[in-house]
Formats: sequence, structure tokens, C-alpha cells
Amino acid sequence: MSHAATAHDHHDDHDHPMPTGFKRWAMSTNHKDIGTLYLIFSLAMLMLGGAFALVIRAELFQPGLQYIDPHFFNQMTTVHALVMVFGAVMPGFVGFANWMLPLMVGAPDMALPRMNNWSFWILPFAFSILILSFFVPGGAPASGWTLYAPLTIQGGMSVDMAIVAIHMMGISSIMGAINVIVTVLNMRAPGMTLMKMPLFVWTWLITAFLLIAVMPVFAGAVTMLLTDRHFGTAFFNPAGGGDPVLYQHIFWFFGHPEVYIMILPAFGIISHIIPTFARKPLFGYSSMVFATAAIAFLSFIVWAHHMFTVGMPLQGELFFMYATMLISVPTGVKVFNWVTTMWRGSMSFETPMLFSIGVVFLFTLGGLSGLMLAITPADFQYHDTYFVVAHFHYVLFSGAVMAMMGGTYYWLPKWTGHMYNERLGKIHFWLTAIAFNVTFFPQHFLGLAGMPRRYADYNPIFTEFNQWSSIGAFCLGFSQLLFIYIIISTVRGGKKATAEVWDNPEGLEWTVPSPAPFHTFDTPPTVK
Amino acid sequence: MASHSQDHYFVPDSSVYPFACSIALFCIAMGGASYLNGISFGSGLMTVGFIGMGALLFRWFGSVIKESPEYNMDVDKSFRMGMSWFIFSEVMFFAAFFGALYYLRNLAIPWLAETELLWPGFEASWPSAGPIGAELLTGGLPDSTEIMEGTKYALIDPLHLPLLNTAILLVSSVTLTISHHAIRANNRTQAIIWLALTVLLGFIFLFYQAEEYIEAYQILGLTMGTGVYGSTFFLLTGFHGFHVTLGAFILLVVLLRMMKGHFSAEKHFAFEAGAWYWHFVDVVWVGLFIFVYIL
Repeated sequence: MSHAATAHDHHDDHDHPMPTGFKRWAMSTNHKDIGTLYLIFSLAMLMLGGAFALVIRAELFQPGLQYIDPHFFNQMTTVHALVMVFGAVMPGFVGFANWMLPLMVGAPDMALPRMNNWSFWILPFAFSILILSFFVPGGAPASGWTLYAPLTIQGGMSVDMAIVAIHMMGISSIMGAINVIVTVLNMRAPGMTLMKMPLFVWTWLITAFLLIAVMPVFAGAVTMLLTDRHFGTAFFNPAGGGDPVLYQHIFWFFGHPEVYIMILPAFGIISHIIPTFARKPLFGYSSMVFATAAIAFLSFIVWAHHMFTVGMPLQGELFFMYATMLISVPTGVKVFNWVTTMWRGSMSFETPMLFSIGVVFLFTLGGLSGLMLAITPADFQYHDTYFVVAHFHYVLFSGAVMAMMGGTYYWLPKWTGHMYNERLGKIHFWLTAIAFNVTFFPQHFLGLAGMPRRYADYNPIFTEFNQWSSIGAFCLGFSQLLFIYIIISTVRGGKKATAEVWDNPEGLEWTVPSPAPFHTFDTPPTVK
Repeated sequence: MASHSQDHYFVPDSSVYPFACSIALFCIAMGGASYLNGISFGSGLMTVGFIGMGALLFRWFGSVIKESPEYNMDVDKSFRMGMSWFIFSEVMFFAAFFGALYYLRNLAIPWLAETELLWPGFEASWPSAGPIGAELLTGGLPDSTEIMEGTKYALIDPLHLPLLNTAILLVSSVTLTISHHAIRANNRTQAIIWLALTVLLGFIFLFYQAEEYIEAYQILGLTMGTGVYGSTFFLLTGFHGFHVTLGAFILLVVLLRMMKGHFSAEKHFAFEAGAWYWHFVDVVWVGLFIFVYIL
């Protein structure tokens, strides 16, 4: 398609006078405003979850109990994870989807705008309930974010609050996912066939399918917890014929697709950034699409690799081991394609590209440690150690969160109409990447040496690595203040961005002016 | 908005309902969690939430109905896709409970019987109330003290009320389809009669389901606390009952709208969405009848 900045015809703007204040933000039906709300919410939750993480790292700076008691430590690990997974990563990607999907497919808005707004506004209320649980007797849930029975059967009122909060987050996610699917399938500009869709659109389409398929299963699992707690059922109680392992099966049937829900949109984002800064079209577009679909399919048949040590039949262990290893094939296809896209490209290293290369490199490390964990006999050694903690932070922080940071720098000029400060952006990248590795790389060694996760205290032989990790964590956390400063200063001013922003990037979003007007594509563009 | 021609996608103006509904949802959730933990304001907060949610949804749907003449075929398609995916999410919700039933019956109970460590002598069987309820299942009906103490329970005869309910739901799907054919043939009177019959059958089903629950609790001694059998039985049939209630309510609203002349032979998406939902609860019931009552 042509990349001439043909400022689109916006003659319809007089139909919708731009609302202000409460009407604009709380009553919005505009995908850009709702996207902004999601992104701000996600950033706020990232800071909150990060603060919890720093409490954990402060306590673990040295062995023994320094600042908090073990029960509060458990609350910190639990709520840190719940806030990061359901508050920071998932809403963050929904924010990107809201902002970018209609622009990328040439639609005037999301397909169901009022439902879109409802999806967002449920979240602050759901998280208020989760955070309020710190103030009830017994404190916040302390069972780990997986809320395993029987710990959660025995917990106090906070477990019920977590359950109802999760129900609300689930409603929000399902409505958001329905909106994405309908937008992508129904609102593409004429000529944009499925195999011409940008990869971020593809990855979100598949992510949305995963969300609709597994969020209700999670709702079922926590409902069983609730009835076991209050209505005398025996789903997870062996005395009545139940089995706590049943909870783990249902949870991870949700939980494993959930981790792909958190990474597939990240794959989409960097599949946009790398071609732009390598100045080459994405290598192997259709293999990227099929690899994404293959990952999504496999995600449904690998869940029990989270519970190898629970006492499954041998056939089960073998099946889930091989199925899990199979995922490295489509994931490898993706990494190969990103690297091949860069191969002999005219590369430049602006901040979004630095983050993307960081993601390709560090996510792959997380993938490799995942492959180690997939080996059943080896997992008996690694299970529930810091090796697992290191693994999922490599895929979730340096995969999902860093991809979102890269995406923020990539599209911030489109959102705000200003260029961010490139020098500060690069400093932010290097601070983040280095501090991240200082924090989490030593945790591999801790795990291999046998330090179990979710304990407030540890054997003194682990002290040195833990101190590295804690120092890194504080650097990582405070580096993000720079990120917030860069975002705020870009919103408030800076060099004017052109419509294209970058050097001849691909995609319909670059054909509208920067900042993108309140309403875009009232009349759909034609894609050749 | 009326100035928009039919080739523009309908983007609604700002609306307070989503935000207000989120507050109502907060009241329901927070009120529910408080109520379960014996906090005094819990039930009040929950009631406020439910009433608020009902009123808000009534207004929200009302505004959608009012603006519906402006919807073009693209919007119609969005609604159809949205409803289909919503039903898919409901399918997955029930899948969790059917999956739990499968796991408990075919894996958990046999494993509990296999190991002699925890409950020596426990034999695998289904229905089962688990090791502590191993001796509970009676041949005949338990007497009233046994029900009071929860020491005996009997099973629901699948060929009595459940079979009747199966017939009712299957017939209601047929009457609903006849009504659909009638509206497509622009025969409003026929459509109203058959739809009214469908709604009536739905409420009769719910009546018998309530009857069955009362019988289970008062005569058979079968409760939610009757081990995993009672758990799976009441959660599966209970959630199905909630969904029938919702479906019957949707069809009732559709019936009232039909009587007001809201639908034409070509445009009657609300009817179709309600019908899809009704067929979905019907299919779930057939699954329940086979896997919960008969097998």
C-alpha cells in the first residue's frame, strides 16, 4: 500500500464533538481513549506489583527475617503475581489492541465500543477488591497466585475476595476478547484478506480465542473453590471423594494457555518493530501465522508439565513432556524468522529496536530454560525452585513486558504526536536490560543449587546470589521511573512526529496523522 | 448520528452504563464476599448491586433497542459473532464442570480406592460420596433422622422427573423453531403463540427442577454435601438451571418485544440470539441427562 501521508478525510468529526472530563474518560466509546486508559492502568499496576516485588527482594537480601513476617511474605508473592499477570501484562496488551487494531485493520473503532468500555472499567473495581483484601482479618491471599487447594480452602475472607475479583477480571477479559475477535473478523478494510493482516492483528486474534476458551475454565475452578469453602461441596476434599490435584489440573488447563495469552501479542509487537528497523519485510510471514496457531493449539495439551511432581501416571508424564518440547518447534520458527529478518538488513538501533532485540535474545534464554524444565526427570530437581522463578521472569519480563516497552516507544509518537527523547530511551533500555539480568540470572544458579521458591528465609549459602538479585531488582524497579518520566514528557511536548514517524514503516496506522485524530477511518481505506 | 448513512459503521456516543454497571458489579462481588464471611452489610450491598445491575442493564438494552434502526448489516454481523463467541465461552464454563465430573469419577475415586494408606477398605464405585460417605448410599429411601444426620442418601430416578424435564426442554426447542419459521414468514400471531409456549415450557422445566431439588434434600437426603456425587450433581444441574432461567428471561423479553411489533421477517436478531442461547442450554441438558442422571 502507499505510504504517502494522505491525511485521511475526517469530515465526519462534527458528528462527535470531542467530549471532556468524566464524559470523555469514564463514558468513552472511543477505542483510542479506552486504549489509553488500559495502558495507564497497566503501568500503574506494573508499579504496584513492582513495589510488592521490592518488598520480597528487600526481605531476601540476607538470610533470616529482617523486615516482614513469613505470612506477609507469602501475601507479597501471591499478590505480586496476581497484580502483574491480571493487572499489568494482560490489560497492557489489551491497551495495545485497543489502540492499534482498529488502526491496523482500517476500522473506525472496535466492533462493540460500549462493551469495550465496560471491559476496562471492571478492572479498577476488581483490583480494588484484591487490594482491599490486605485490610481484612488474616490479610491478603497467601497461597501463591495459583490459589491451590487445600491452602485456599483454609484461607480467610481474602480468598473469597480474590475469587470474586478473579470472576470480575474474567468477565472483563472475555468481553475484551470477544471484541477483538469481532473487530478483526468483521471490520477489516476492503482488500485486507486474513493473510494480509499485520502480525499483531494475527497474534491478538489467536490470543483472543485462547482467552475465550480458558477464562471460563478458570472461573469454573475458582467457583469450585468457593463452593468447597462455603457450601459443603467436596471437589478438592479426598474425604468426600475429591482430589486437590483436580484443582491443579483445571487451573493449569487455564494457566498454560494463559502464559501464551501473555506472550503471543508480544511476538506480534516485535514482528512489527524488527522489519521497520531492519528495513526489510518480515521474513516468513505465513510461517509466523502458522507458528502462532500451532503454539496456541499445543498450549491446550501441555498443562500438566506444571505438575510433574504431583504424582501422575508415567504415561501422563511422558505425554506432557513430549508435547511441551514440541512447542519449541513453532517458537524456534519465530526466532529464526526474526533473526532472518535482521540478516543483511540496513539496521538502525532506535529504542524500540533495542527492546526488540533484547526480547529476541532474552526470551530465547527463557525458552531454553523452559526446555530444561520440560524434561520430566530433570524437573523433579528444578520444580518449585528459583530456577522456575528465573525461567518465567525471562519469558514474562524480558518477553512480554519488554516487548510492551518497545511497543510503547514504537507507537508513542503516533499516540502523542511527539517524538520521545531517544537518548533517554536508550538509557532506559540499557538500565532495564542490565538490571533485569542482574536480578534474574543468579536465580538460575540458586534454583539449580536447590533454593525453593516462596520462602521468606533461606540457607546462608545462598546469600551472595540473593544479594545480587536484590540489588538488581531495586535498580530495575527504580529504572522504570525513567520510563514514566519519558512517557509524561513525550505526552507534554517534544519534537513533532510525522505521520510515518519511522523510515518507511509498513501498516495502515502510519497513513493517519500523528497524533492519530480522535476518529480515524470513518470511511474504510482500500488495501491492495 | 442519524446523519450517518448505511455504509458507515455505527459507533455509539458516549454512555454512562458501562461505568455504572462496573460499580454495580463491584457491589455484587464485594457484597457477596462480605456476606459469605458474615459481615453485616454484605447482603445489603449485594442486593443493591443486583437491583442496580438489573435496572442498568434494562436501560442499556433499552437504548440499544432504540437505536437499532440505525444499525447496518455490519453491526448486525458484529452482534451475531459476539453472541456466538459468548456462547462458546459458556460452553467452556460447563466443560470445566464436566471435566471435573470425568476426573473425579474415573480417576480420583479409583485412585482413592487403590491406595490402602488413607482409607483402607474403601471401594471405588459411582455414585460415590467418598471414603467418609462410603456407607451412605441406601437401597431404599432414608428415614427422616438419617436425612437430618446426613447418614444415608438415595439417588434420583432418572426416568421420573429428569426424563420429563428432558422431554419438556426438547419440545421447547421445537416450539421455538416453529416460532422462528413463523416470524420469517411474517406470521406474527403464530410466532407469538409458539414463543409464549416456549417460555411457558421453560418455566415449567424450572418448576420441576425446583421440585427435584426439594425432593433430593427432603426425601432422598441428597445434598451438595453428599461428597463428590452431590457436589458435581448440584453444581452441574444448578448452573444449568441458572442458564435456563437466564434463557427463559431473554425469551420473555423477546416475546414482549414481539408483541410490541419490534421484529420484522428480515430483522429479528434479538430473537435469534435468544434462540441460540436456548438451544445451547438444551444441548447442555442432554449432556447432563446422559452423564449425570443415566450413566
